[in-house]
Amino acid sequence: MSFPWAEQYAPKHPFMRYMDEKLPLPRLVYNAIGAGYPVPRNLNYFWNFGVLAGAALAIQLITGIVLAMHYAANGAVAFDSVEHIMRDVNSGWMLRYAHANGASMFFIVVYLHIFRGLYYGSYKAPREMVWLLGLVIFLLMMATAFMGYVLPWGQMSFWGAKVITGLFGAIPLVGEPIQTWLLGGFAPDNAALNRFFSLHYLLPFVILGVVILHIWALHIPGSSNPTGVDVKGPQDTVPFHPYYTAKDGFGLGVFLIIFAALLFFAPNLLGHPDNYIPANPLSTPAHIVPEWYFWPFYAILRAFTVDFILPAKLWGVVAMFASILLLFFLPWLDKSPVRSGSYRPTFRKFFWLLMIDVAILGYCGGAPAEEPFVMISQIAAAYYFAHFLIIIPIISRIERPLPLPNSITEAVLSKSGKTTGEAALAPAE
Amino acid sequence: MVRPIGFLVGLGFVGVLLWSLLWGAVAYVKEPPVPTAEHEFHEHPKKVDFSFNGPLGKFDRGQLQRGFQVYKEVCAACHSLRLVTFRDLQGIGYTEGQTKTLASEWAVETPTINEETGEPATRKSIPADRIPAPFANEIAARAGNAGALPPDLSLIAKARHDGSNYVYSLLTGYQNQPAELLKQFPDSKTGAGLHYNPYFANLNLAMAPPLTSEGQVSYSDGTKPTVDQMSKDVAAFLTWTAEPKLENRHSTGLAVLAFLLIFTVLTYMAYQNIWRDKKH
Ligand code: HEC
Ligand code: HEM
Repeated sequence: MSFPWAEQYAPKHPFMRYMDEKLPLPRLVYNAIGAGYPVPRNLNYFWNFGVLAGAALAIQLITGIVLAMHYAANGAVAFDSVEHIMRDVNSGWMLRYAHANGASMFFIVVYLHIFRGLYYGSYKAPREMVWLLGLVIFLLMMATAFMGYVLPWGQMSFWGAKVITGLFGAIPLVGEPIQTWLLGGFAPDNAALNRFFSLHYLLPFVILGVVILHIWALHIPGSSNPTGVDVKGPQDTVPFHPYYTAKDGFGLGVFLIIFAALLFFAPNLLGHPDNYIPANPLSTPAHIVPEWYFWPFYAILRAFTVDFILPAKLWGVVAMFASILLLFFLPWLDKSPVRSGSYRPTFRKFFWLLMIDVAILGYCGGAPAEEPFVMISQIAAAYYFAHFLIIIPIISRIERPLPLPNSITEAVLSKSGKTTGEAALAPAE
Repeated sequence: MVRPIGFLVGLGFVGVLLWSLLWGAVAYVKEPPVPTAEHEFHEHPKKVDFSFNGPLGKFDRGQLQRGFQVYKEVCAACHSLRLVTFRDLQGIGYTEGQTKTLASEWAVETPTINEETGEPATRKSIPADRIPAPFANEIAARAGNAGALPPDLSLIAKARHDGSNYVYSLLTGYQNQPAELLKQFPDSKTGAGLHYNPYFANLNLAMAPPLTSEGQVSYSDGTKPTVDQMSKDVAAFLTWTAEPKLENRHSTGLAVLAFLLIFTVLTYMAYQNIWRDKKH
């Protein structure tokens, strides 16, 4: 697809014309991330995070492949092989810290990318498929990150794996056999470590494939924009290249500065000290916590403390999965025809409440499972479910949105306060 | 269909959560959580002004060598340093010849087998060897320490929260159990063979104070070997064993940041230039 006014790929060099006939890969790239992709002119910095997620994925793939050349997936030597990388492999410390902190940076940008989608209604028609594929990516990322964290075979690796696979044990009847099957034993051991390594190497490439589908699906309707108003004509868009390649280049610079500051000056800030203790099945750490990006979900898991028809543990497991799965239904839960939160005064207030709520859940998920954190996470988890399943559908029914601008160009020009010749060029709506 | 079902599912989760909350609140009121001695008396590590702190920080070679000496003469009796080879000690300023001497004169020899009989044996260490552990295995280590296991110290500075400060605080933090603690928690009296230390997670640890008197180690560089000084030095040394590439990391980081700042300024200028007559 594209808008009819998209720039056409016209190779000049005979070799490029030959290529275009035989294998039009340059054309594909030109239309995907070159001048051939028309993009709304008014995107703000929140639209940088998709490209940044792509950059983070590339960093993870490259550092990961090199790490795998030195890592040994065997319970007896895994921990020491990581220390070998840290001490003896040339620049190994940089590779490993880049990969570990790269995972955190990946989640930071993907969370901002998702929050952007939530605020600007990017999940709505005609971009539902983009959203759904994005959620598939998110689930794959979580699985990948979880298994990656097991690989250094420290105390948190081991006990994290034990707790998370133990969740399957909560399923009635088949739970225990499933858990044993997943681990290849009754507790995490070599069999588990080896299969986690195998899958941890595989899944990022699956993610890469789904990212391609995600962008393909996005390019059918084209990107949305902060007003949520559809593109009406050529004056509303600019070619992706050079306009957004330049803006994304700047965004990439800022991203890399933050990444480098973390990697070189606080590489263990987001990690847990216990993972520098070799895995020991006989000694349970005082507090078992997952990596920070799982904390909100961990808080939901632990918020269910009382049996009610089903055992509390099962409620927790079901709710934790439901908290992500419900996002798949969001395009149909929110029926408001207005996309952007900027024109939805009630929605916007609840959106910010949700942000605070998720932050509280995150904090409680990282805190020890004691009062008052359990009670706070119960309230916060209740709001989380109410927000998506009860409040959003009601708001989308009763809210009176603000008047929308007639077009992107109109919104842009009224914001800059001046009318220029450009407005006169715009066709009457 | 999605919305009515979603509504019911939402009510279900909210209901069960509030039910849990109610029971939690009732339990909280009926039996308020009892404070524990650890909760009340545990202290966070004291802050030390180490030379390697901060983005420009570097190790002080003299301090690392003094710290190594403390390790060698005191801690090595109980604690291994299994990730460090003698050759690595060149990183703290010893020459190749000195590491050779250190290796061959180390109090414990490197385990090996007798070439003829296959019996377990020991030999003098060479620079490529890891620093030999004081005990052959965990059982021997526990047997030598009244059941407690002295952990390997290679990574201790990263395996504890705020590790460098923690090691220093632990070594200088031994004291008599506060009378107030015993008044509040009469059951928490430090047990036999244990030593009270508010920096240790559960306040009582099996390690007797290893550094107790000035001059326990005699420094050759003229530094006064006070308990405080020795503790700082060994904490610095253990930071080096945990993160030997710290200086590389800092200097590479500065170069990378300088490059990225220039890169980002240039991309910003390119961005402004390309968009200069497009309102957005
Ligand atoms: C007599 C044997 C002995 C000597 C000498 C000794 N330690 Fe220990 N150390 C122990 C034992 C035993 C433990 C385990 C304590 C416990 O778990 O209760 C321990 C634990 C530790 C810990 C870990 C505390 C924690 O957070 O788990 C550190 C750090 C430590 N020692 C540092 C040192 C340093 C530094 C020296 C040298 C100045 C030293 N030790 C000398 C026996 C010793
Ligand atoms: C590997 C992870 C991901 C990569 C590399 C990625 C990449 C991208 C890119 C390049 C874009 C276009 C630029 C932009 O709008 O920011 C985009 C758009 C989008 N992404 Fe993602 N994405 C990822 C994960 C996700 C996730 C987890 C979600 C949500 C669950 C998501 C939802 C969306 C949506 C809804 C859009 C369209 C935005 C709009 O046009 O308004 N993405 N993605």
